[in-house]
Amino acid sequence: MKNKSLISINDYSKEDQLKILEVAEEFEKKPVQNILQDHVIASLFFEPSTRTRLSFESAANRLGGKIVGFSEASNTSVKKGESLRDSILTVANYSDLIIMRNPLEGSARFASEISPVPIINAGDGSNQHPTQTLLDLYSIKKTQNKLENLHVAFIGDLKYGRTVHSLVIALCNFNTTFHLVSPQELKLPSSVKMFIKEKNLEYNQYVDIEDVTEKADVLYMTRIQKERFSDPLEYERIKDFYVLRKNMIENTKENLTIMHPLPRVNEIEIEVDKSPKAYYFQQALNGVYVRQALISLILGLK
Amino acid sequence: MSEKVKELKVSAIQNGTVIDHIPANALFQVIRILKLERFENMILFATNLESKKYGKKGIIKVSNKFFKPEEVNRIALVAPHATMIEIRDFQVVKKIIVEIPDKINGIVKCFNPNCITNHEQIIQKFTVTDKEDLRIKCHYCEKITVKNNMSFL
Repeated sequence: MKNKSLISINDYSKEDQLKILEVAEEFEKKPVQNILQDHVIASLFFEPSTRTRLSFESAANRLGGKIVGFSEASNTSVKKGESLRDSILTVANYSDLIIMRNPLEGSARFASEISPVPIINAGDGSNQHPTQTLLDLYSIKKTQNKLENLHVAFIGDLKYGRTVHSLVIALCNFNTTFHLVSPQELKLPSSVKMFIKEKNLEYNQYVDIEDVTEKADVLYMTRIQKERFSDPLEYERIKDFYVLRKNMIENTKENLTIMHPLPRVNEIEIEVDKSPKAYYFQQALNGVYVRQALISLILGLK
Repeated sequence: MSEKVKELKVSAIQNGTVIDHIPANALFQVIRILKLERFENMILFATNLESKKYGKKGIIKVSNKFFKPEEVNRIALVAPHATMIEIRDFQVVKKIIVEIPDKINGIVKCFNPNCITNHEQIIQKFTVTDKEDLRIKCHYCEKITVKNNMSFL
């Protein structure tokens, strides 16, 4: 993995992914390790993001690394019309590794092709967000004690949710049975289903959450965004339909993990937070360990 | 009779290329993709000809012009069953059945307005994911462009 950019989850083999999870476990046990003190990490957020940026920067800080960069593009040379090509070539002179979020899809792949230092994609528009996938895998492994042969239900916006797409693709390596719950207009795209079909895995599509709650080992909730709908009334109707309520988790499996990439709006009732099955806040914390693992592996420090 | 018709259709130029089995509705697209609009030698074309295999077809004959393999690839996207026939001194010297390539570079524009390739100077690259229905996946944004959304550079 040394010097290998991470743009899409499939850039890393199953073995590489498992290696990252293994190293992440070490960091969970011992989060502060001063192994990055001679390195400079560039954190380029061309579009604001709180959770992902703080998680990456926290990871780099706990490793003793220095961070340069920006948290939005408005005060940078991008505003003056600089191309991404020039921004990357310049920043690569100042750093050993570039973490980038950019609203344009494919920007991270492009950056990795021109940059002399490795790139970690922290989200390129609606395309990929592979570190979210790694932390999701870590969270599933941690709570289920395995990744193989699980029943995983995805609920809500399966069409536009990039975290859903990447996680579905990653789980295709682990003989997962997929339960896909969404309104008609937000079904999982065929380009993602293609991966499930290639591996001959079982998947079922549903409209009601309650069709899957008792089957699932993992419930992966997502936020349904208003801007996806042309009809505001349709949005209001659907928004209140895809909500996980406390009474819905009563007869669920003992080992169930409820996940959510956050931010949450109303799709999980606050009451659910008290359940030991609710895992979304811990899930976000796992992101730091996974990113520590990824940074150290790419820089050849682990 | 049929031999004679065939001869007329295929060999009416002394030297050059005959492009046959173009879907009738793709004829003008092929002309545009091959940039024949600005070509100065003699060009003959016909469309809505009867074809046993494809219903109606178009045909183009270009005098004193021989196409490179990458130019042949370009038309495979709109005329997947076309044949390129090289004519030298009224004789057929080479016949190539065009094939849709596995990779397409620098020919088609990604349909996704939010794709980096539509914002920076980058050569567009695609992998063909479906040769029958013609679906291509952008190397950068990973979105699929389908036949109806394709525009050519």
